Amino acid sequence: MNIVVCVKQVPDTWAERKLKSDGTLDRASVDGLINELDEYAIEEGLQIAEAQRAAGNEAEVTILTMGPEKAAESIRKALSMGADKAVHLLDDGLAGSDALSTSYALAQVLAQTGFDLVICGSESTDARMGVMAAMLAERLNVPQVSLASKVEIDGSAIRIRRVSEDGYFEVESTLPAVISVVEKINEPRYPSFKGIMAAKKKPVQTLSLADAGIDPAAVGLAGASTEVVDHAQRPPRQVGTIVKDEGDGGVKVAEFLAAQKFI
Amino acid sequence: MAEILVLAEHVDDDVKKVTLELITLARRFGEPSVVWTGPGAEAGQARCAEYGAARIYVASAPAFDDYVVVPAAELLAQLVSEKSPALVLLAGTAQGKEVAGRLAVKIDSGVLTDAVDLQPGADGPVAEQSIFGGATIVHSRVRRGTPIVAMRPNAVAPEPAPGSAELSAVSLAGEVTGARVTNRVVAERGERPDLTEASIVVSGGRGTGSAEGFEIIESLADALGAAVGASRAVTDAGWYPHQFQVGQTGKTVSPQLYMAIGISGAIQHRAGMQTSKTIVAVNKDPEAPIFELADFGVVGDLFKVVPQLLEEIGKRR
Repeated sequence: MNIVVCVKQVPDTWAERKLKSDGTLDRASVDGLINELDEYAIEEGLQIAEAQRAAGNEAEVTILTMGPEKAAESIRKALSMGADKAVHLLDDGLAGSDALSTSYALAQVLAQTGFDLVICGSESTDARMGVMAAMLAERLNVPQVSLASKVEIDGSAIRIRRVSEDGYFEVESTLPAVISVVEKINEPRYPSFKGIMAAKKKPVQTLSLADAGIDPAAVGLAGASTEVVDHAQRPPRQVGTIVKDEGDGGVKVAEFLAAQKFI
Repeated sequence: MAEILVLAEHVDDDVKKVTLELITLARRFGEPSVVWTGPGAEAGQARCAEYGAARIYVASAPAFDDYVVVPAAELLAQLVSEKSPALVLLAGTAQGKEVAGRLAVKIDSGVLTDAVDLQPGADGPVAEQSIFGGATIVHSRVRRGTPIVAMRPNAVAPEPAPGSAELSAVSLAGEVTGARVTNRVVAERGERPDLTEASIVVSGGRGTGSAEGFEIIESLADALGAAVGASRAVTDAGWYPHQFQVGQTGKTVSPQLYMAIGISGAIQHRAGMQTSKTIVAVNKDPEAPIFELADFGVVGDLFKVVPQLLEEIGKRR
């Protein structure tokens, strides 16, 4: 089974994240790490591959990343967790791509590498759009089996629990498919020392736009279908009233809520 | 007048509040046309009319029950091509965003998600988004195709305005294939409102100390008619179910009132609640960052403050 996990490098949440004057994310000045929600996707891919191998089937996990040179750090981390190889879509022409053009670029690569299962995290912690799995399924014309809190694969059948606003759906389909997984579907493993050493020798294929057959006019800032008009730091909230509980804290809160007409 | 498509979210015939918000918002840009998938449109018609819907396109094919996301995106693409709307509005729920994403690919149009406001601009609608955990405000617009915008629930207040909400049957062309829904399970939530839609959210954090300690959060939520939220510390510890986590890797809420009880307010939590209109915090640590956001805060033991608050709410009924 050919499993491809899409991984995005994002700025560390603890760092001060900024937009540049052109409205794109300043990725150079902050530490990058694997989007936390993609770690669940990697772990799920590794577990599915292990189950396949245990059942006597061949299985391989490929990490697919689009991003600047720096994103190689995240690829290494994913390989040290146990993925077999990686594809790094790396080209200056990709900088500033929006979700629509990112999905186009990734789909071009996926069409080239082939796949039985594409796994995405439910969203990225930087842009938080939550659209990539849906967009990829649409572009690749395969079933979308997304927002999974549980995945079962049986031959070429896939069954998941899809989380909904008020519970969950049971959804089933056949492979090939694009799935996305939600936080807490599993416990992502930490790379072992052995895994870290082994990762250094694992193959990472770097693709340019031309290599992947991507139209340069359809990606990057110029190819984006959305644009940032302006951006600013949120003005600090007005300083509120903070009181120490002197035995009447609950009454004080009630008075505030009543004054604001909440009770 | 420009036509604006609004994809309705409904549970059977009960129109969700976010849909009324979207209809209200659509009136800023033109004439709202609601797109209703599945059964229940006749019963939901009055609510849509009350908030100013000019018409309701009703597509009641069984495909809408059997499949998620795909048929709704297909129907919207079909309506965009037939009606040439100026804008398509969806709810910024996980599912709404997926529909928006597929639609964007189908019609090759720009999509903006998690908008907290949308205003007319010289070059089309301008969305306000709150990014990096709410620390930065961005204004964005779509520059290709028909703008598709998924709005965060509670971004605008629903305001009634008369509309005729005429029902107009539409049919989904072609056959839907892909992942099929075999079962739907609704979690027990009692009478509490939906977390992302609720006007009031009461969230508990590490300070509650245990699953038993967390019960006081539920009591306060019920006294206020609020939804219950939890910080990641609480869901990671298993004191409360994971789907109620508010924060960067959980739900984003934007209620009228957010009460953070025993929550320190780390950046990951703030990412999920910073756009709340009014914030009240109770925490025993005076240095807790949540107090920087709070409109009103009490430094004290939540197990003393909350019971007293419950008693006061009882007295004021």
